[in-house]
Amino acid sequence: MTVSSPSPDRDVVLQLRGIGKTYEPVTVLRNLDLDVRRGEVLALLGENGAGKSTASSIIAGLVRPTVGTMTWQGAPYAPASPADALSAGIGLIHQEMRLLPDLSIAENVFVGRLPVAGGRVDRAQMERRAAQQLHRLGLDVSPSMLVRELRVAAQQQVEIAKALTLKARLLIFDEPTAALGGDETDRLFEQIASLKAEGVSFIYISHRLDEIALIADRVAVLRDGELVATHETAQVPVKRLVEDMVGRPLDRMFPAIQSIEGGATRIEVEGLTGVDGAFSDVSFAVRAGEVFGIAGIVGAGRTELVRAIAGADPVVSGTVKVDGVPVHPGDPRAALDQGIVLVPEDRKAQGVLLDHTIADNIALGNYPRVAPSGWVRPAAVERFAEAAIKRFGIKGRGGQLARQLSGGNQQKVVIAKSISRQPRVVILDEPTRGIDVGARAAIYDVIAELAREGLAVIVVSSDLDEVLGLSHRIMVLNRGRNRGILGHEAAGRIEVMELATT
Amino acid sequence: MMAVTSETARVETKRRRFSLGGGATGPFIGLIAMCIFLSLATDTFFSVRNFLNVMDQVTVIGVMAIGMTLVILIGGIDLSVGSVLALSAMVMGFLGNTIGLPFGVAILAALLAAALCGTVSGLMITQLNMPPFIATLAMMSIARGIASIITDGEQIVGFPDWFSNLAIIRYGGFLSATVATMIVLAFAFWVFLRFRPAGRALYAIGGSPEVARLAGIRVKAVTVRVYMVSGLLAGLAGVILSARLDSAQPSSGLGYELDTIAAVVIGGASLAGGVGGIAGTAVGVLIIGFLRNGLNLLHVSPFVQQVVIGVVIALAVAADTLRSRRRH
Repeated sequence: MTVSSPSPDRDVVLQLRGIGKTYEPVTVLRNLDLDVRRGEVLALLGENGAGKSTASSIIAGLVRPTVGTMTWQGAPYAPASPADALSAGIGLIHQEMRLLPDLSIAENVFVGRLPVAGGRVDRAQMERRAAQQLHRLGLDVSPSMLVRELRVAAQQQVEIAKALTLKARLLIFDEPTAALGGDETDRLFEQIASLKAEGVSFIYISHRLDEIALIADRVAVLRDGELVATHETAQVPVKRLVEDMVGRPLDRMFPAIQSIEGGATRIEVEGLTGVDGAFSDVSFAVRAGEVFGIAGIVGAGRTELVRAIAGADPVVSGTVKVDGVPVHPGDPRAALDQGIVLVPEDRKAQGVLLDHTIADNIALGNYPRVAPSGWVRPAAVERFAEAAIKRFGIKGRGGQLARQLSGGNQQKVVIAKSISRQPRVVILDEPTRGIDVGARAAIYDVIAELAREGLAVIVVSSDLDEVLGLSHRIMVLNRGRNRGILGHEAAGRIEVMELATT
Repeated sequence: MMAVTSETARVETKRRRFSLGGGATGPFIGLIAMCIFLSLATDTFFSVRNFLNVMDQVTVIGVMAIGMTLVILIGGIDLSVGSVLALSAMVMGFLGNTIGLPFGVAILAALLAAALCGTVSGLMITQLNMPPFIATLAMMSIARGIASIITDGEQIVGFPDWFSNLAIIRYGGFLSATVATMIVLAFAFWVFLRFRPAGRALYAIGGSPEVARLAGIRVKAVTVRVYMVSGLLAGLAGVILSARLDSAQPSSGLGYELDTIAAVVIGGASLAGGVGGIAGTAVGVLIIGFLRNGLNLLHVSPFVQQVVIGVVIALAVAADTLRSRRRH
C-alpha cells in the first residue's frame, strides 16, 4: 500500500522518508513515508493521537523529527523553525486561529515582515498587497479592519491570505472546517480548488469524513503513529475510512434508543429569551430518561441557549424549571444546585484545567461529596477519581495532568466531573467535537447510560447524524427560534436541514 | 505503550505526593545548598542565634507573602501590600498614640483599614473589570498617600512596652510572638490550601476562571475575599514591623511588594495562576532571608546584594520554566 522506494514521479513536491518522532518513552510517529504532489489535496486522516498533528508540525517546522529525512521541491528539507518552513513556501493553518485580534488585517498578514519604505512602515503598500490576497480569496473586507471585528470564517481567511503573501506552495490545514458553517465551508472549498489550479498543494486534516470525498484527491490514514493506508482516490466509502482509522470493522455507532414510557417531566423551559437576540421565546420540556437533541446551523443560537439554561449567561426573560422548581437565572451555581450540569463546547477553555491532574479536575466542584467533613484528603480525592475513571473508561491515571490526555479522554474527564454531582439534567454541547471516531462511540454509550439512569439529557451537535442517532426528539433552532420539535421516527437529515436553513 | 504510559503516570503520582507542591522541590534543594555553602564560608551563619535572627527579619515579608501566594494563585497580583503595610502602621500609631485609644483597639482598627484596602482592590477588579495590576497600582498610591496624610508625613514613635516586647522577647529562648504568629499563619494557610475545598477552589480559579465558574465556584466573591486577606495580612505585617521598630513611618514598607512577589515566585508559583503553594513560598521567603543574611555576613555591599537577589530570581524562574518545558 505504501510507496517506500523513491518515487520517480516528477510531480512530487514534498517527500517524507522514514520520519519518526519519539517523546521518551512514547513514540508518536514511526517510519512515515509520504508524498505530496503538485496541485493536489492530500487528506490526512486518523484518530486523535494517531500522529497527524505531529506529522504536520514536523513538515511546518514546529517540531523536529527524531529520525528520517524530507525533500522539498527536490532539495533536502529540514526546517528548524516555522520561519524556515514559511520561507521555503510551506504554511500551516491552525485549527485555532493564531491572529493578533487588535491589529488590522493587513498588519496580521504582514506581521514580522512589514514592508518598509524610507525607514517607516509602508502602510499603503501593506494594505494594497493584503487587499490583493483578500480579493484572490473572494473576501470583501477592508484590510484596515481589525481582526477582532471579523467572524471566525473570515479570520481563517486572513490566515490563508497571510500564507499566500508568503508565496506558499504547500498549505497544511488542520481541521479548517471545525468552526465553519455550511456556506463558509463551501467557500473554503472553492478557494482550495482555485489555489489548486494555480499549483498549490494541500495537506488537509479533518475529522469530518464526509468532506473528504468533496475536497481531497488522495487519502492517507494514520493509526497509532503509523501509516496504515493510502488511497489513490478520495472516492472511498466513509465506512472504509473509519475502519482504516480504528483498525476494526465498525458495526454500530449509536446505542439503541431506550423507551421512555412513564418518565416524568424533568426540565421545562418556557419562553426563554437571551441577550442580544441570540435566541428568543424558546420553549420545550424534557422527560426523565429522554435524550433531547438540539440541531441547527452555526449561529442558530444553540450554544447560547444551553449556556443560558445552565446559568452560564444571563437571560432577558423566560423561565427554566427543574422538577417543577424554578431556577434562578444567570447563576451557574444556582443551576448546579438544582441539578443542571453543562458539559461545555469549548473543552479547553471551559471544561478542564489542563495543568491540573485528572483527579483534581474530577474532584473540582464535587468537594461536598469527596470531602463531606470539609477536609480534602488526597487519598479520598484519588479514590473518588479512580471510581470515575473506571466508570467512564478514561485512559489515564488520577495523577496525570489533563494536558497529557487525548481529546476524547479529556471530554470523558469533563463528563465524569459533571456527572459525579449526580445531576438531574445534563447538557452536552458538541460532545464529540475534535474527538476521533473510535472514542465517539464510547461517549455515545455514556450518553445513553445517563438517560437510562433517569436523567434528562440535552445534546447539542453540529453533526446531524449524531443528533439523529442519539435523540428521542430533536428541536431545530433557526436564527434563535424554535422551528419545531421532531420525533425520532419523523426526523431525517432532510427534514431537519429544511427547518434549520429556511 | 499503554503499560509504559501508566508506569510513568504512577511514578508521577508518587512524585507529586512527596513533593512540597507547586514545583517547590527545586527551590528547596537550592535553599539547602545555599545554607551548606554559607555554613562553610562563614563561622557565624550556622548557629541557632543567627537562625532566629533571620526568622525575625523575614517575619514581615513572610506574613505578606502568605497573602500574596493566594493572590498569585488565582492569577492576580497585589502591588499595594507595601503601602497598605504603612497605612496600617500609621492608623495604629495615630489611634493608639495620638488619639489615645486603647492599643488593642488601635491594632484592630489598623487591621480593618488594611482589609478594607484589599476589599476595595478586589471590588475594582471584579466589579469594574480592572486588571489586578492596575487596580492594586492605584491602591498602592492611595494607601501610601493616606498613610502620609494622617500625620502629614511625620513618624510616630514609642509604643507600649508590651507591644514592642511581642517582637523582642523570645519565649522559651526561642520564638518571639511575631515569629510564632507567622509560623502559625503559614501552617494554617498551608492546611487551607491543601485540604479545604475553598483552598482548592483558588487553584481552579487560577487554572481557568471560566472552568471554575461553571463548576459552581463564585469566582468574583472569592477574588474579593482573596484581596481582602492579602490586605489584612499586609496590615498585620505593618503591625509587626511597628512592634519591631517601636515606631511607625508613612514611608515604611517601600518596595516590599516586590520582595514579596519575588519570594512567592522563587517558591515556584506561576504568575499565570494555578500553580504554587505555602510550602514553596516559605522556601522562597527563607531563600531571600538567608541570602541577605549570608551576604551581610560575607560583608557583601548592599548594592551587590541587590544584583545577587535579582540573579537568584531569574535563575529560580528560569530553572522552573526549563523543567516544565521538558515535561511538555
